[in-house]
Amino acid sequence: MFEDLRDLYQQVILDRGRKPHHGRRLEVFDAEARGDNPMCGDRVQVFVRRDGEAVAEVGFEARGCAISIASADLMAEAVIGKTADEIAELTTAFTGMARTGNGGAPQLATLRPLAGVHEYPSRIKCATLPWMALKAAMAGKGNASSE
Amino acid sequence: MNAISKPAFDVARIRADFPILAEKIRGKDLVFLDSAASAQKPRVVIDAMVHAMEHQYANVHRGLHWMSERTTEAYEDVRDSIARLLNAPDRSNIVITANSTASFNLVAQSYGRSVLKPGQAVLISQMEHHANLVPWQMLRDASGVELRIAPITDAGELDMAAYEALLADGKVGLVSVTHMSNVLGTYTPAERIIQIAHAHGARVMLDASQSVVHRRIDVQALDVDFLAFTGHKLYGPTGIGVLYAKRELLEAMPPVNGGGDMISSVSYERSTWAQVPHKFEAGTPAILEGIGLNAAIKYVEAIGFDAIAAHEATLTEHALARLSAIEGLTIIGHPQDRGGVISFTLKGAHAHDVATLLDRQGIAVRAGHHCAEPLMHRLGLESTARASFGLYTTMAEIDALADTLDQVRVFFK
Repeated sequence: MFEDLRDLYQQVILDRGRKPHHGRRLEVFDAEARGDNPMCGDRVQVFVRRDGEAVAEVGFEARGCAISIASADLMAEAVIGKTADEIAELTTAFTGMARTGNGGAPQLATLRPLAGVHEYPSRIKCATLPWMALKAAMAGKGNASSE
Repeated sequence: MNAISKPAFDVARIRADFPILAEKIRGKDLVFLDSAASAQKPRVVIDAMVHAMEHQYANVHRGLHWMSERTTEAYEDVRDSIARLLNAPDRSNIVITANSTASFNLVAQSYGRSVLKPGQAVLISQMEHHANLVPWQMLRDASGVELRIAPITDAGELDMAAYEALLADGKVGLVSVTHMSNVLGTYTPAERIIQIAHAHGARVMLDASQSVVHRRIDVQALDVDFLAFTGHKLYGPTGIGVLYAKRELLEAMPPVNGGGDMISSVSYERSTWAQVPHKFEAGTPAILEGIGLNAAIKYVEAIGFDAIAAHEATLTEHALARLSAIEGLTIIGHPQDRGGVISFTLKGAHAHDVATLLDRQGIAVRAGHHCAEPLMHRLGLESTARASFGLYTTMAEIDALADTLDQVRVFFK
């Protein structure tokens, strides 16, 4: 019945949405921030541990849909080893992909399963919310909002 | 089902009155189960508003010309219709606002800041829409009026013993509670709530945003002091809402918004206010919306609330039976007296994902916290999906919802 939804709900999204690999509060972290989507109540708290200039580890606690949790989980892997500037660049690229579906950039390879959200305007914010929270954490701000 | 005792209700004929129901969503029939958020509009409402714009429109209450006089008559007729709908004693009991939220804010800012005093309390319930919570929080923070919250039971009903206990010290000046929960579908026992409040010296405001759509409301029989509803859930346009209040309360309340239309006379030294209810209606009102709401009220009155309530009861009974049979589906709340608003969760699937999958089949439901975050917290939930019914909802649509939900369950298994 839902074959046409497989673009949005690819297997990796269903799997990560159900059992995220990084869905935990880090015991030691250097930065954290919370992202809220006030329209739907989704919330993600992102924890960042740094090693020098680079991000060493990201964990998160989230309440939300399969899309937002899978997005947070794939993000946690994609940003390891990256500097703040590189993460800012990746955030822009990811947000662009979520809005347009254009995920051609090589750095988006592991994030490409989320490109399907661009066809679902009400779900784009589900995918970008963890990135907004990460951006706030990297900037030393406590909170981010999807609105 | 005993068809004989129920009033005639021809859903096919009613559906033909709503042009939007002929729309296709990605090639599929629209199954609109989100009427509690906002209802669709019948042809008579659309036509009334278009007719006004094409043939009979000018500003109201001020022109001495034909167009203004006719438009004023057409607009002001909605006040009579609202008074009739609620069985209000007089048209002057009806203040026209922008929506239910504006009605609550008006009472909070006017009655709340003048009649209520620091040390007194406002009592709401745990199952209020944010519209009947945030204005009272703002009042509390600005004026020192206490805000009390009456708990609900696990079944999703107002805990009447706890409610009465919260009134016992006599400090509660105003009770403001829902008449029908927009999340649980619970009808609250308005008569008892009001009797108990009055016995303790408290006034009562009812949020009738959901209930006015399904049941006949008699403000005099209820002896309610304030009542709010909004036009767009009652098959009318957006941008127009209602505050009913007893005359002596409106007389005692100062206006909140100043400007044109609400004055008696104006000089640089002082201004005096227009008579009730106009002193609360500053500025050019929602003229077209008033004309549209008038048509909507006449439309539902012609169908009749006995037939509407019976239709809602039949749909709700069927939906509860079908949905509760789905593996992993939990219906939230099981109040004794409930209506056509059903929230549920599906094991293994977040409400947003459920809504997206249903949408792919043309089925529109609401998902999220339904503007009732504290209630979600009380229920131990983050969000639910919600199906809600209107005049035009059919048994076949409920079957489509149930059949599709069973497939959603399989998808996320």
